[in-house]
Amino acid sequence: MWIACSVTLGAIFLSLAISALMLALQGKPALEGMEVLFKGAFGSRWSMEDCLIKAVPIYMCSLGVAVAFRLQIWNIGAEGQYAMGAVGASWAALAFPDLPAMTLIPLMMAAAFVCGGIWGLIPAFLKIRVRANEIIVTLMFNYIAILFLEYLVYGPWKDPSSFGFPFTREFSPAAVLGRIGNTNLNYGIFLCFFCGLAIWIFFRYTRLGYELVASGENVRAAQYARLPYERLVFLVMAVSGILAGWAGFIEASATIGRLQPSIMAGYGYTAIVVAWLARLNPLNIGLASFLLAGLRVGMENLQLDLQIPAAFGQIMEGLVLLMVLAGDFFIRYQVSLRKTK
Amino acid sequence: MNQDMLIPLFAAAVVSGTPILYATLGEILTEKSGILNLGVEGIMMFGAFCGFFFAKMTGNPMTGFLAGGLGGMTLAGIHGLVCLVFRGNQVVSGLALTIFGTGLANYLGTPLVGRTCPGFSPFDFPLLSFIPIIGDIFFKHDLLVYISYIIPVLIWIFLKYTRWGLRLRSVGEYPDAAEAAGLKAIHYRWIGILSGGFLMGLGGAYLSLAYTHLWSTGLSAGRGWIAVALVIFAFWHPGRAVAGAYLFGGVMAFQFRLQAMGANLPSSLLMMLPYALTVIVLVFSSWKGRGDEAPAVLGINIEPRE
Repeated sequence: MWIACSVTLGAIFLSLAISALMLALQGKPALEGMEVLFKGAFGSRWSMEDCLIKAVPIYMCSLGVAVAFRLQIWNIGAEGQYAMGAVGASWAALAFPDLPAMTLIPLMMAAAFVCGGIWGLIPAFLKIRVRANEIIVTLMFNYIAILFLEYLVYGPWKDPSSFGFPFTREFSPAAVLGRIGNTNLNYGIFLCFFCGLAIWIFFRYTRLGYELVASGENVRAAQYARLPYERLVFLVMAVSGILAGWAGFIEASATIGRLQPSIMAGYGYTAIVVAWLARLNPLNIGLASFLLAGLRVGMENLQLDLQIPAAFGQIMEGLVLLMVLAGDFFIRYQVSLRKTK
Repeated sequence: MNQDMLIPLFAAAVVSGTPILYATLGEILTEKSGILNLGVEGIMMFGAFCGFFFAKMTGNPMTGFLAGGLGGMTLAGIHGLVCLVFRGNQVVSGLALTIFGTGLANYLGTPLVGRTCPGFSPFDFPLLSFIPIIGDIFFKHDLLVYISYIIPVLIWIFLKYTRWGLRLRSVGEYPDAAEAAGLKAIHYRWIGILSGGFLMGLGGAYLSLAYTHLWSTGLSAGRGWIAVALVIFAFWHPGRAVAGAYLFGGVMAFQFRLQAMGANLPSSLLMMLPYALTVIVLVFSSWKGRGDEAPAVLGINIEPRE
C-alpha cells in the first residue's frame, strides 16, 4: 500500500519537475509558474470552491470509466456520454419550462440517464454482437455526440435572441440546480457522494460486483466459471454512460444554465487519467478528481499571469499518466526485484 | 454525377487519404510486432508540429517532413519506454500519449497559429500524368503522395519476404517460440514501435506541410483514431490499408465538397460522416470474428521469466 502511494506521489512530483523544466527551457520563470499554479488552485476559499465545482463532472465521468476498466472494457467514450447527457437534460429543460423544480429536475436526470445510457449501450451491443473494438467505437461516438450537440445549438435549439451566438435559451429557474448555503457549490456534489457510495458497496458487498471484478481479472476463466460476461459488459457500459450523462446534466443545469459548445471541456478524457491515477478505487477517484480539477483551475491562472497556453495542462495530464504507468512496474515487480538482488 | 465531377473527387480522395495511409501503415508495422499503439492521434499531432516548425525554420519542406517523422518516432519511443521497459498497460499508455502529444503540439504551436510555412505543391508526374483518368487521379499531386505509393509495397515485401520481417511477425504471434529460436523479442518490438512511429509522424507532417501549409490547433481531427480502425479493416495487410485510406479520403473530400456547394445540410451533421463511417466499417470488418486475424499477442507485454 505505501509503495503504491509513494509511486503515485513520485509520479506526480516527477511530472511537475519535467513541466517546470519545460517552462525553464522556454525561458519562462519555472518556479514562479509552479507557485502560480498551486496558489491559483488551492490558495483561497474561492479557488478551492472552483476546484470542487470542476471536480464534480470529472468525478462522475471517472467513476463510470473505472467501473468499465474493472472489467477490462476500455470505455473512452465518457466525453460523448457526457455530451449526450447534457443534450438529454437540456431537452427536458427546454421542452418543459413551466414545470416546477420538484418534477423538472428528476425529469432532466431521467433524460440524461436515458441518453447517456444509450450512448454507452450501443458500443456494448456492437462489442458483444459483432466484436467491434470498443475503444474505437466509443471514441468515434465522442466525435459524433459533440457534433450532434453543436448541430443542436447552431440549429434547431439556437436561442432566437442570441445575435448569432451558438447557445440555447437560458433554462427556467426551476431547471437550475441550486447552490449550497452561501457557497458557489451546487447540489450536484451530493450526487457524487451517493454514486460513489453505491459503486463502492456494489463492488464490496454484492455478488454481481464480485463477479465483475473476477471477470475483469481473467475473462476466459470467468467464461469457464459461467459468469455472465456479456451481461456484465452491458451493465458496465450502461453504468458508465449514465454516470457520465449525469455529469453532463450537472454541468448544463448548475454550472452553465443552458446548452452551449463550451460545455465540452474535455472532462471525459481527464476522467481516464483520474481513474488510472486512483487505481480505479472510488475514494481515491475523489482525491484524484480534486487534484486534476486543481490543475485546471491553476492553469487558468498560469494562462492569465504568465501567458502560458492552456494546452500546457494537457501536457501535464499526459505526463502524470505516463509516469504512473511506468511507476506501476515498481509495484508489480517489488518482490522479484529483492529476490534477484 | 458525371466524369467531370468524379475525377476531381477521386483525386481529392487520394490527397486526403494520404495522411491516414501513412499513419495506418505505421500502426500495422507496430501491431505486427505485438504492440498496440493507441497514441497515433497524439503522434500525428506532434509530427505535424515538428514538420511545420522545422520546415519554417530551415525553409526546406523536406527537412520538415523528415523532422515530422523523427518527432513521431520520439513520441513512439515514450510508448516503447512505458510498455517495453516498464511493462505498463499498452492501452492506457497509448491514451496517455494521445493526451500528451496533442497537448505538446498545441502548446508549442500556440505562437504559430495561423502562420504559413514552405510546403509541398502538386506537380504533374512525368509521363504517368498523361494517362487518361488514372493520371488525373493519381499523378497530379505533391511529392509526398508519390512517396506514399511506394511505402505499402516496401512494407509488404519487408513483412512477407525478408528475414527481419518474418522475425517481427513471429514476435507478434508467438514470442515464446521466437525467443526459443534465439531472437530477442524486445528488440523486434522496438523496431516495430519506432518505425511505426516514424510513419505516423510522416502522416502528421503531411497534414501541415502539404494538406494545409498552415498551422492550426486540432489539425489531425481524429485521423489518428481512424487509422487505428483502418488497421482492423485492412486485416493488418498493407494493400488493403491503401483501399481503406482512400475510402476515408473520399468521404472527407466528398463532405467538404458538399459543404462548399452550400448543400442544405448543416455542417455539423456532414462532419459526422467520417466518424460514423469508421464505426460502420469497423462493424463490417469485425463481423463473425473476422477481426481475429490480429497478431496473436497484440497488446500483451512480454513478461520476464526466471
